[in-house]
Amino acid sequence: MSEELHQVAVQVNGKHCERRVESRLLLSDFLRHDLGLTGTHVGCEHGVCGACTVLMDGLPVRSCLMLAAQTNGHAIETVESLTNDRDKLHPLQQAFHEAHGLQCGFCTPGILMTMMAFLKETASPSEAEIREALSGNLCRCTGYQKIVEAVTLAARRIGQAGAR
Amino acid sequence: MKPAPFRYVAARSLDEALALKAEHGDEARFLAGGQSLIPAMNFRLAQPAMLIDINPLKELDYIRRAGNVLRIGALARYRALQRDAAVARHQPLLAETLPHVAHPQIRNRGTLAGNMAHADPASELPAVVLALGGRMHARSGRGERWIDARDFFKGALTTALKSDEMLTEIELPDLPAKSGAAFLEVSRRRGDYAMMGVAAVVTLGADGACIGARLAYCNAGEKQMLAGKAAQALVGRRGADKYISDAAALAESEIDPQGNVHASKKFQRHLAGVLTRRALQTALARAGAA
Ligand SMILES: Cc1cc2nc3c(=O)[nH]c(=O)nc-3n(C[C@H](O)[C@H](O)[C@H](O)COP(=O)(O)OP(=O)(O)OC[C@H]3O[C@@H](n4cnc5c(N)ncnc54)[C@H](O)[C@@H]3O)c2cc1C
Ligand code: FES
Ligand code: FES
Repeated sequence: MSEELHQVAVQVNGKHCERRVESRLLLSDFLRHDLGLTGTHVGCEHGVCGACTVLMDGLPVRSCLMLAAQTNGHAIETVESLTNDRDKLHPLQQAFHEAHGLQCGFCTPGILMTMMAFLKETASPSEAEIREALSGNLCRCTGYQKIVEAVTLAARRIGQAGAR
Repeated sequence: MKPAPFRYVAARSLDEALALKAEHGDEARFLAGGQSLIPAMNFRLAQPAMLIDINPLKELDYIRRAGNVLRIGALARYRALQRDAAVARHQPLLAETLPHVAHPQIRNRGTLAGNMAHADPASELPAVVLALGGRMHARSGRGERWIDARDFFKGALTTALKSDEMLTEIELPDLPAKSGAAFLEVSRRRGDYAMMGVAAVVTLGADGACIGARLAYCNAGEKQMLAGKAAQALVGRRGADKYISDAAALAESEIDPQGNVHASKKFQRHLAGVLTRRALQTALARAGAA
């Protein structure tokens, strides 16, 4: 079968971007291979692990379960959007750093993007709410305890910053 | 893995989507949330020659009250259903079940219609729509028709939809007065498919006796199923514990669980009995049984 190409115009981390993509190109591979945004990780390619989670129009989605062609006219945010300064992490990243919310870091980009949307919707979340919001992201290292602590810390700081 | 090559078409109108489906038949699939179809394609379990993406068809994205029914369009996502006031108020059974379906990221994309069309007997939602006595609206270039939920599900990943038909809407009627419903499941991890799950609906008459009941199960066989005998055993009874236990025992033998790595057939039957008892107690209490 001849591989037809589709023109997509998509905002990625605030930048307008136009590319021609094959029908079967997954959004995860588009981000990693075509745009070089390798912060988005790929673990399972069937929606289970959550490592590939990005924001589409502000909502967390599995980039391995979307086609690049489907993003035409939409806005995508990846973990690279959180900061472009090595010395100045986003408050959520800083909290993960301080609370030891990661070990190998494979799961971290997907968790950060999921939590970005969660903290926007839920200003001062309970531990139960945090655990529910994390339920779609697998971590094989931390046992989740430190991730919950990191999110709690981030929620408190972001809340304080917002109140000021 | 990656999907095999296919043609992708972003539908510009419902008519275009239906015309393409009529032309390509089983070789083409509608793409809704993609949360079942894309994983199957990534694993090459599914290799459709064409995907007709219905996501651009905003006219299918609605949740609407009309008289005493709730109309749910083909593009209504789980996320929207979870946050909809009419769903919470008029179909609390659906609202109660949705948090059990997958994870937030999956619920941001997945649609109720896609779930129905996918027809996985392990899914919670066919059981809920069966228990609620829902109807499916199907459209094709040839016309349109309604299909009762109990005639819609034909087995694992098989429905009554013809190869040129789209499921455009799911209609859920309000339950009669003095009705109560409950959904319960047991799964290994939050958001996983259940080892066993039950949706129970009961309706009481003026004298407090049960005048109607439906019990539907997930992961209870090769097919989505209502346990008719167990439900019938409740009719005419008052919610005494004895009758609940009788119905639970009937349900245990009426279902046909297949067993899997997470739960043996025997354990699944046991769970069905326990969950049926608990769900009926809750449903009866919600219906206002004394
Ligand atoms: C990690 C993970 C966990 C999950 N856990 C659960 C769970 O616990 N319980 C559960 O029930 N589900 C679960 N799911 C599946 C999820 O609910 C799917 O969203 C749902 O089954 C399919 O809906 P969709 O909109 O994504 O459909 P798609 O994947 O787009 O389509 C599914 C099938 O239906 C067809 N189709 C879609 N829409 C229509 C239509 N309008 N008319 C005709 N045909 C149509 C497609 O062609 C395809 O064959 C899980 C999925 C993932 C990835
Ligand atoms: S790679 Fe997408 S969920 Fe695992
Ligand atoms: S830190 Fe290693 S998988 Fe989460």
